[in-house]
Amino acid sequence: MIKENTNIRKADVINRRMFIISAAKIIVFAGIIGRLFSLQINENKKYLTLSDKNRIREWKLPPTRGNIVDYFGNIIAGNLKVYQLHIIPEQVENFNYLISRLKTLLQLSNKRIDKIIKLKKKLKPWDSIIVSENLSWSEFLKINNYLYDLAGVKPVMTISRNYPFKDAYTHVLGYVSQPNEQEILDNETVQQRFVPGMKIGKLGLEKTLENHLIGTNAIQRYEVNAYGKRINQLEHQKGEQGSKIRLTVDTEIQKECGKLLDGKAGSISIMDVYTGDIIAMYSSPSYDPNLFLFGISQEEWQLIRNNPLKPLINKTISGLYSPGSTIKPIVALSALENNVIDTKFKVKCTGKMELYGQTFHCWKEKGHGWVSLKNAMKQSCDTYFYEVSRLLGVDRLNITAEKFGLGKKVLDQYFDNEKKGLFPNTKWKKNNLGKGWVLGETLITGIGQGYTQTTPLQLCMMTAQIANGGYAIKPKIIVDSNPISYEDAKQSMNSQLLFNSESKLLGDKKLFKDKKNIKIIQEAMFSSTNERFGTSYKSRIDDPKYQFAGKTGTAQVKRISKRERELDLELEQIPYKDRDHALYVAYGPYINPRYALSIIVEHGGSGSKTAAPIAKKLFKLIIDRHDLRNKQPNFERINI
Amino acid sequence: MFQQDRLNSELTFIQKVKKLDYILIFSIFLLSLISLLVMYSTDGGEILYHTKSHFVKLVVFFLLMLAISFFNIKIWHFSSYYIYIAGLILLIWVSFYGVKVSGSQRWIDLYFIVLQPSELMKIGIILCLAKYYHRLKLDNANSFLSIVISLSIILIPLILVLAQPDLGTSILIALSGLIILWLGGVKVKYFIFSFITFLISLPFIISFLKPYQKLRILTFLDPDRDPLGAGYQIIQSKIAIGSGGLQGKGFLKGTQSYLDFLPEKHTDFIFTLFSEEFGFIGSIVLLIIYTIIIIRIIRIGAISRSNFAKLFCFGFAFAIFIYIVVNLAMVLGLLPIVGSPLPIMSYGGSSMLATMIGFGIVMSAKINHKQMIA
Repeated sequence: MIKENTNIRKADVINRRMFIISAAKIIVFAGIIGRLFSLQINENKKYLTLSDKNRIREWKLPPTRGNIVDYFGNIIAGNLKVYQLHIIPEQVENFNYLISRLKTLLQLSNKRIDKIIKLKKKLKPWDSIIVSENLSWSEFLKINNYLYDLAGVKPVMTISRNYPFKDAYTHVLGYVSQPNEQEILDNETVQQRFVPGMKIGKLGLEKTLENHLIGTNAIQRYEVNAYGKRINQLEHQKGEQGSKIRLTVDTEIQKECGKLLDGKAGSISIMDVYTGDIIAMYSSPSYDPNLFLFGISQEEWQLIRNNPLKPLINKTISGLYSPGSTIKPIVALSALENNVIDTKFKVKCTGKMELYGQTFHCWKEKGHGWVSLKNAMKQSCDTYFYEVSRLLGVDRLNITAEKFGLGKKVLDQYFDNEKKGLFPNTKWKKNNLGKGWVLGETLITGIGQGYTQTTPLQLCMMTAQIANGGYAIKPKIIVDSNPISYEDAKQSMNSQLLFNSESKLLGDKKLFKDKKNIKIIQEAMFSSTNERFGTSYKSRIDDPKYQFAGKTGTAQVKRISKRERELDLELEQIPYKDRDHALYVAYGPYINPRYALSIIVEHGGSGSKTAAPIAKKLFKLIIDRHDLRNKQPNFERINI
Repeated sequence: MFQQDRLNSELTFIQKVKKLDYILIFSIFLLSLISLLVMYSTDGGEILYHTKSHFVKLVVFFLLMLAISFFNIKIWHFSSYYIYIAGLILLIWVSFYGVKVSGSQRWIDLYFIVLQPSELMKIGIILCLAKYYHRLKLDNANSFLSIVISLSIILIPLILVLAQPDLGTSILIALSGLIILWLGGVKVKYFIFSFITFLISLPFIISFLKPYQKLRILTFLDPDRDPLGAGYQIIQSKIAIGSGGLQGKGFLKGTQSYLDFLPEKHTDFIFTLFSEEFGFIGSIVLLIIYTIIIIRIIRIGAISRSNFAKLFCFGFAFAIFIYIVVNLAMVLGLLPIVGSPLPIMSYGGSSMLATMIGFGIVMSAKINHKQMIA
């Protein structure tokens, strides 16, 4: 009984203590449930996001670049399907065998093979290795034929940039290529959208308009496992192609420019004198931008780089030349505007002019005799312009020249390699060379030699602004969202209406004091081309539809010694590097002008012999295409 | 008394079958079923090695549980010390000849099963102490000698398991043993004193911990310290559970486990997978099943006449509770990762074997609840 009793007492203790423990258990369980609740209900969203972050990985695909079209909508920078060959290492049965098969099939170099093997070691087994970026169609077929034998090989179709007109637009468009690290870091948009294999603009408009052209990445979402291997494709988000950009250029004319400058170093620019649209802008020699798309070979690169005619330089905007006699219209205009001379003012040309013991030669050794403004322009008499510029002074000349756009960038916002050139004045010399201006320098500035440096595009714009009656234009190469029609521009100029900065004709302004003076210059330029003894008389077109007015220029690249002057060598007898640059600026048709151009042929000899005949060939084409151009609707207006 | 004794031993097989606790059996069966489904999910929705092996073990051990329950509780009382000693021998055997896996020597390869004696010791210690306190007079419960003896019973296997090293199991063994001391009537103040002493000596204990164990504690305190290293498991587990939400992602749709973000999803982190796929609702259902099992065991203890059966049932109920709590707290990021399986759910033969033996003895206590033990 006693034992019974203690047993019961003990059972009581056990039961009581069990009760206490059970209470504790309930509390602990409640704690666990509370935790579950907080994780699964309260913080569910957070953990769901984290879980998706774990399992969903996005693969960005290279964006498709926007097309660039010419004024007529022809694609001048487009996209082409290309065939590529990828290897997915984890699907390969025997890597060495595969490589040796591919080597014979595609004639891969040993260097390329080494690169592939190196890549294979670096990448994860499910990442694809690009064996060939651009398979020819026959190679692609060959691979497809042998595909049964090439486990792990994947022929892929993708998109690549393409320049259908090859070298015609190289200096305008530039080209795209693989960016280096710095280039990726420099552009935030590129940085965000970069994926391996993507190409960016390296030069020209492709570079400047990168952010418009680039397009957005297509995104593929995959479910991946903890090791990063793709398990399922979840969705495909289409990327948007980059903006289409329409240029003002005319491919037919651009191509013709290329033909005319074939084998020569030089540049042609053509501009609408009212709207400032650039019709053509060609720098010669050019090169094929398609070469750069998949990495240019060392040989081809050296060929381009070492070409003495310097194809890598965009001469139209980066080439600096003495304007030579093409500056004379501006000198004459400046003198007229400042009332230094009038049309009756005459100078006697004896072939040279003496000033403080220094002799300044006219190109015509025998001299031109008594010449007026018109004759001086027509025959490009240097002596006349020595005298005029002496009377005018360089500072007044500088003001007029800068008004017409010399010494300033023309297409600054589009090309980062444009040079601004120089038109000197006394202040400039003092500030930059630390010396006072010498009067002799004024004389040579008056014939476009000396310190003056101009780009062919500046000369073109200068001529256009003379042609349109003396109004400032803002040259452009892209058809923007708010284009000024030719008629609007012309009418506003003719009615001499001046618009303020808020108006549509932004920047249009009068560049003259007296409209008569512009007319005088235009007439003088007309006579230079269309009257006997004019320097470009041989290149004239009599048909008034195509008739144009122009001014030749011959820019010395070195001082002519006395001996050389006496020898008077033929062009072929002078070493290439020492030959004069041939220049020509012109506008047409003379009645009712529409287009201005500037032509420069480096070391081409005289402007009248080399440059002016090119203008004759061009004007026919330019003016014939004018109606077509006018009929072309503004089919797409693109915001830049 | 003798009569009763005879009466009980005279129970026929049919009577025994009738006296089984069917609620408990059903709950265990349900749990087994769930664990099979989850194992199927860890195999990626296919019947592969883990599912098959788990199924075989469930069948074998479930039958073993039933077999054990048909033995009189007296037999278990009688053999308690021997079972404990057998457990100790196995532990010593392991420390010499055990199979070493990733730095720990815990297993004996018996060819048909890889046995982990420390898991069996979890039951052994309850049996041993239940018998000890059953026989101990209540008045002697707080004597110095009895406390020394009972602490030694705990400490010997504890040290052997700690040396393996296996912190998780040794903590569970210690707690399972201590609960019997508590139930047996050891004074509350001793528990409080020793708890305070434990807290004070904690820094010294920590200094004895192996570097990986220290790292686990540090990681527990701040899982983001090294998200791809030591903190990885806990972070991924929390993500899986948290992303499960109310209803879960659906059976076989747990992305965290399916895509291999979850480590040890078969064993210690099985609840994580379950919770990811079945959500808060599923987790609560699982907890309810566990609670029913625990309550049934406590009820059996409460109706048992012998203090041995009482002590064993209460002790075992507490042990099951502790296993669950430690495992859940671990996967929920409330405790450091110490490595402790979830009873029945986790893949692993020894743990299931021990749990099923425990259930079997509880069931035996149920059938023989009127049995007095001298």
